[in-house]
Amino acid sequence: MLKMIPAIIMTAMLSQNFILVQFLGICPFLGVSKNIKNAFGMGLAVTVVMFIATLITYPLYTYLLKPLGFDYMEIIVFIFVIASLVQVIEIILKKTSKPLYEAMGIYLPLITTNCAVLGVTELVLTSELVTGLFDACCYGLFGGLGFTLAIVLMSGMREKLDTTRVPRPLEGFPITMLLACFMAMAFSMF
Amino acid sequence: MKAKDIALNGLFRQNPTLKLVLGTCPTLALTTLAMNGIGMGLAVTFVLTCSNIIISLLRNVIPSKVRIPAYILIIATFVTVIRMVLNKFLPDIAASLGTYLPLIVVNCIILGRAEAFASKNPVLASCLDGIFMGLGFMAALTLMGAFREFFGSGTLFGLKVMDFSIGFFVQPAGALFTYAVFIALYSLIFMAVTNRKKAPKTQTAPTTEKEVNGNA
Repeated sequence: MLKMIPAIIMTAMLSQNFILVQFLGICPFLGVSKNIKNAFGMGLAVTVVMFIATLITYPLYTYLLKPLGFDYMEIIVFIFVIASLVQVIEIILKKTSKPLYEAMGIYLPLITTNCAVLGVTELVLTSELVTGLFDACCYGLFGGLGFTLAIVLMSGMREKLDTTRVPRPLEGFPITMLLACFMAMAFSMF
Repeated sequence: MKAKDIALNGLFRQNPTLKLVLGTCPTLALTTLAMNGIGMGLAVTFVLTCSNIIISLLRNVIPSKVRIPAYILIIATFVTVIRMVLNKFLPDIAASLGTYLPLIVVNCIILGRAEAFASKNPVLASCLDGIFMGLGFMAALTLMGAFREFFGSGTLFGLKVMDFSIGFFVQPAGALFTYAVFIALYSLIFMAVTNRKKAPKTQTAPTTEKEVNGNA
C-alpha cells in the first residue's frame, strides 16, 4: 500500500495535473488567477476541500452505496456531500479563525461548482493507483497541491501580462490560454 | 423576448463556449474527437433543457437563500438520468466521455443559465434557451473537435482523410492552443459583424461615399 504513494504523488500533482492535463477546475484557474495572493488562497481552499471530500466520499461509496446497490445515486450523494462540506467549513472557519476565514472565505462558495473537487471523488473510484482509503486521500491532497502549483504559477505570469500589450482579438481569455498551453507542454514532459 | 433572439443568442451572440467561456473543462478535455463533441453536446443540451424547464416552473417556489443547492440537486438528477440512459443504450459514447459525464453537474453553463435566465423567465422561453444554448455548445465543441481530430490524428469523425498528423493537437497543450485560436477567431468575426451593423446607422455620409466609389 505504501509503495504506491510516490507514484500517486507524481501522478496527482504533476503528470496528471488536475488543471493542465485533466482540465478539471479550469473556471477558477482562469477566473481567480489575476494576482498571486488570491490564487494562493483559492488553491489552499481547494486543496482542503478536495482532501476532506475524498476522505468522506470514498468510504461512503465503497462501504455504503456499493454494497447496498445504490451506486447509481453516486452523483447526487457526492455533490450533496461536497456542498454541505463547503458550508460546514465556512461556518467553522468563521467561528474559529478570523484571518483564515478572510483569506479563504470568499473562495469557498465557488468551490461547490469546481470540477476538480467532484472530479477527484469520481477519479479515485476508477483509478488503478488507488487501492484503499489512505491512497484515495493522498490522491486528493496532492491533486489539490498540484492545483495550487498551477494556479499560482499562472497568476505570476498574468501579473506581468497586465503591463504588456497584446493584439486585440487575443486580449483576455485567448492570451491566457496560450500561456497555459506552454505550461501544459512543460507538465506533460513528466 | 422573441424566439429568434433566444436562438441567435445561444448559437452566436452569447455562445456559451466562445463568448461566455463557460463549461471550459469538457471543452478542453473532450475535443480530441469530433464525435465526442456531438455526444457531450447532446448530453448537455438534454440536461440544460430539462433543468431550465423545472427551474423555470419552480422559480416562484424556491426561496432565494437555498436556490443554489436546489438547482444543483435538480441538475444532478437529470445528469444521473442521462448517465443511466447512455450506459444502457450507448455504452461506447458513455465510455469515451468518461468522468466528464458525471461532471456535467458542475458545468458552469447549466448553473449559469439557471441563475441568469430560467429563474427569471417563463417556461417556454427557458426551454428554448436551454435548447439553443446547448446547441451552441455542441456546435463549438464539434468544430473544435473536428479541427483537432483533423490535424492531430488525420481523421474526421473516424474516417481517414489525411496521411500525416501532428501529435501536438491531440495533446493537452494542443487543446488550450486550439481553444485560444477559436476564441480569437470568434471575436474577430464578432467585431466584424457588429461593426458592419453599426456603420450604416451612425455614419450616413461615408455610406454614400462608399456607394459612389463602388459604382465608379
